[in-house]
Amino acid sequence: MLWNTTLMSLREIRRNVMRSFLTILGIVIGVAAVITMVTIGGGATVQVTEQIASLGSNLLIVSPGKRLGPGQSSTAPPFKLNDAEAIARDVSSVAAVAPASSRFIMAIFGNQNWSTTVTGTDNQYFKVRNWSIKAGRQFSDSELRAGAAVCMVGETVRKKLFGGQEPLGGKIRLGKLSCEVIGLLEAKGQSTMGTDQDDLVVLPLRTFQRRVAGNQDIGIIQVSVKEGASTEKVQQEIGRLMRERRHLSPSEDDNFNVMDMKEITKMLTGSTRVLTALLGAVAAVSLLVGGIGIMNIMLVSVTERTREIGIRLAIGALEREVLMQFLVEAVVLSSFGGLIGIVLALTASVWLSGVLRVPFVFNTGIVVIGFLFSAAVGVIFGYFPALKAARLDPIEALRYE
Amino acid sequence: MKTSDPYQTIHQSKHPLIEFKGVTKVYGEGHAAVEALRGIDLRIDEGEFVAVMGPSGSGKSTWMNILGCLDTPTTGAYTFKGIEVGQLTRNQRALLRRHYQGFVFQGYNLLNRTSALENVELPLIYRRVPAGKRRAHALQALETVGLKGWESHTPGELSGGEQQRVAIARAIVTEPSVLLADEPTGNLDTARGREIMDLLIRLNRDQGITIIMVTHEPDMAAYAKRIVRFLDGLVVSDGQNGRTT
Repeated sequence: MLWNTTLMSLREIRRNVMRSFLTILGIVIGVAAVITMVTIGGGATVQVTEQIASLGSNLLIVSPGKRLGPGQSSTAPPFKLNDAEAIARDVSSVAAVAPASSRFIMAIFGNQNWSTTVTGTDNQYFKVRNWSIKAGRQFSDSELRAGAAVCMVGETVRKKLFGGQEPLGGKIRLGKLSCEVIGLLEAKGQSTMGTDQDDLVVLPLRTFQRRVAGNQDIGIIQVSVKEGASTEKVQQEIGRLMRERRHLSPSEDDNFNVMDMKEITKMLTGSTRVLTALLGAVAAVSLLVGGIGIMNIMLVSVTERTREIGIRLAIGALEREVLMQFLVEAVVLSSFGGLIGIVLALTASVWLSGVLRVPFVFNTGIVVIGFLFSAAVGVIFGYFPALKAARLDPIEALRYE
Repeated sequence: MKTSDPYQTIHQSKHPLIEFKGVTKVYGEGHAAVEALRGIDLRIDEGEFVAVMGPSGSGKSTWMNILGCLDTPTTGAYTFKGIEVGQLTRNQRALLRRHYQGFVFQGYNLLNRTSALENVELPLIYRRVPAGKRRAHALQALETVGLKGWESHTPGELSGGEQQRVAIARAIVTEPSVLLADEPTGNLDTARGREIMDLLIRLNRDQGITIIMVTHEPDMAAYAKRIVRFLDGLVVSDGQNGRTT
């Protein structure tokens, strides 16, 4: 019987293709919007999480000045190398400490030049940043001690300066310094903030201080916390140590900043999730509107087909059979809307993820939920018109013109 | 009362097919009340061909609605095969219609844009007859009414007389105990009307289907074996018809 009813409703839908399509348009758009939002949002969350993970887990960044960002003050005294050494020595649960200083300089190789970030640091830097070396080697102890003219380059710098040529052994010029490329870093891609992480040249810290910067300052100290240790505790310990070393009285605020990457991860993915939920909710409202559209057309349909209902009742259809017929029709309609919406959403998601450069993460859950929801909309909004049809008086209905 | 299929219980019924005892029907209340039926006593047995006549407002349509279990008496009792219809729920009455009654209307009342075959199959769908059997029965019924070869035509492609034949096929496809026809020739010209009447007579004679027909045309009533006349909600005459063919 249900099969016959379904066939009957399919025929009824086929008879009014245009109207049926317009009826379900709301559902199509609603389902498509919800699924697209959630899929793109999910992709963005995955991307943020991956990028932050690529930055190194359990990473703490210690920088002078009160805040990160454009307002970062230069009035705070910079760190020195012994600050980093003190952290490594005095703070427990520290896996690696990498002092680093950077400057934006033009790098020249042959007739190619490229302005890039030159960072002076030591081998701990790669450990802290979870960065592996693609070719060549890292700095030797003697190079670090002596401040040798050697460097490592990121993938972007290699591409811009060397093109197809072999970078290892090549000599690039950074201002007055000419240094030999001894290593090539693994490509990392864009950072969460949208900057190219591979656009850099790494020098031994001493080389950078003596021959590029001309001072003993340290820009930031990156600290990686031992696996399983409390980042928060280490953060507090570094804070106490730095206050002591910078001779801050209890009434003074910190003139440095210890940032926890886990917090940033939470903050960024959290905001992505909230945004996704919000957009999804807005899209869900359009599903509701679509449902009202279905109810509207079903009510019109019941009125139009009053005579048909009268005939069915007269030849012995039960109330619940008439109810079923219209309910099935509404559900079939809205399910069609759901299916079309899913196809549309997947197409839109693939396209959008390409445009927004977000990974396309297929979310089976939301597709299933989207479909079930559209069917449920059919049941909910189809029930009232169907009940109206079932309750008709056959005598009146047969007389209806 | 639980909705149950009365088919089992009354299959072997020895009661008269149709019996009205003091049936009245009142519409509205108080001063606005209209007495459509004022006490009908009538008995119709299996195999009869009854024509019901009377001017408009005589109560014959109201009586027909009660007969067809679409409506219930205000007082009195209408029993169909020994079952008091007034005591049944709406769904039980629907089941009674489904299994024992066939309807033919003045306006044909076929489903638009639906083929003749599918129109005839409709009552069988509600009786849960499997698709193959359904088709065979429907084709058989269409052949009986002389519409072999017209199965795929929709009502819009058929003349009035042909549409009424489809409607009759739909009414008899379930092999009902009684065929209720409400002005079946009302929308047809005389020649077409006579064809329909000949068909009804054939069904009554060859297949033993009880036929009860409401009409205001004496020509058509003349085909029946028995004529019942209504006036002002009462039966004023009831007798055998001498001119049966």
